[in-house]
Amino acid sequence: MGQVMVVTSGKGGVGKTTSTAALGAALAQTGQTVAMVDFDVGLRNLDLVMGAERRVVFDLINVIQGQAKLAQAMIRDKRLDTLFLLPASQTRDKDALTEDGVAKVMKELTANFDWVICDSPAGIGKGAVFAMQHADLAVVVTNPEISSVRDSDRIIGLLDAKTEKAKKGHDVEKYLLISRYDENRATSGDMLQIDDILEILSIPLLSVVPESQEVLRASNLGSPVTLCSPNSAPAAAYRDAARRLNGEVVALTIPKEKNRLFGRIFGRRAA
Amino acid sequence: MNLFRLFKREQPSDVARDRIQILLAHERSVTGSSNLIALLRDEILLVVAKYIPVDLDQVDVNMDRGASLSTLQIDIQLPISAKPRQVVHCDA
Repeated sequence: MGQVMVVTSGKGGVGKTTSTAALGAALAQTGQTVAMVDFDVGLRNLDLVMGAERRVVFDLINVIQGQAKLAQAMIRDKRLDTLFLLPASQTRDKDALTEDGVAKVMKELTANFDWVICDSPAGIGKGAVFAMQHADLAVVVTNPEISSVRDSDRIIGLLDAKTEKAKKGHDVEKYLLISRYDENRATSGDMLQIDDILEILSIPLLSVVPESQEVLRASNLGSPVTLCSPNSAPAAAYRDAARRLNGEVVALTIPKEKNRLFGRIFGRRAA
Repeated sequence: MNLFRLFKREQPSDVARDRIQILLAHERSVTGSSNLIALLRDEILLVVAKYIPVDLDQVDVNMDRGASLSTLQIDIQLPISAKPRQVVHCDA
């Protein structure tokens, strides 16, 4: 049985799709089989970020409505043969998703893949709830900015209320992924501090992805940043995140920034 | 307490942290999970307003969480002209 992980945030534009692609590729690079499912029906973008937009034939809605088999709709990545994508439909809307249909697709995916990563749409509507419903764990993507933190808080509440796991009285594991972090602005006091965000949202930190031009470059080229610029700081951050998701204990560092900030956080947290 | 902090101008990041903390304390209390700060704030304000007219925009609530000690700080600015409300005493 594979694990289901939802990448969510509430707020749009914080890096959910980028993170889904980067984490999916990083997990697949360890040899595990990974299926990424785009739940943003009507506004799909994971296909574009993965560079698979011209290979989409069938989509999630086709599978739910029985017009295609799951195996027909899955697109195998050209770079990593253990990485697959199930695109969302671009011409339909979220009402085409049904509870039973989603449950059936998720069941089939978890039977065949080590990881199923659900790329959530922004907002707290039906689409976001469908994306998180079957999750064993959640990656909450947050920018160091108050509106993003507020929306993340809302999503954390939703994860504790709307997921199947929560309804059965279990805990959904939740991890915080801070993206677009700018060390210079944080040091100068212009940006929310990481330890403040952690204290406010009180879920464990998965990784800190520094703001970098490599992220835009990767999406322009249609390749996850972990594959496109493997030596960049964001790629290192996502690789660390993937290793932690696999249960490895990896010292928390912000790539490029040499321990300084994390030394501070954990020095303080340990106190 | 850090003495230097007294002289340092408040950083935008500190303002952001304080604003989001107070906002979420309020929102979490509305969405169900019990929240001490929001409850305390509302009840304390009610008590003060019973005796002195209070402008709700002139209220500043801060929560500092430490490892061994947390403090709740409530600053309520009273207008110079504020006069205590007439309190009716009941003689039993």
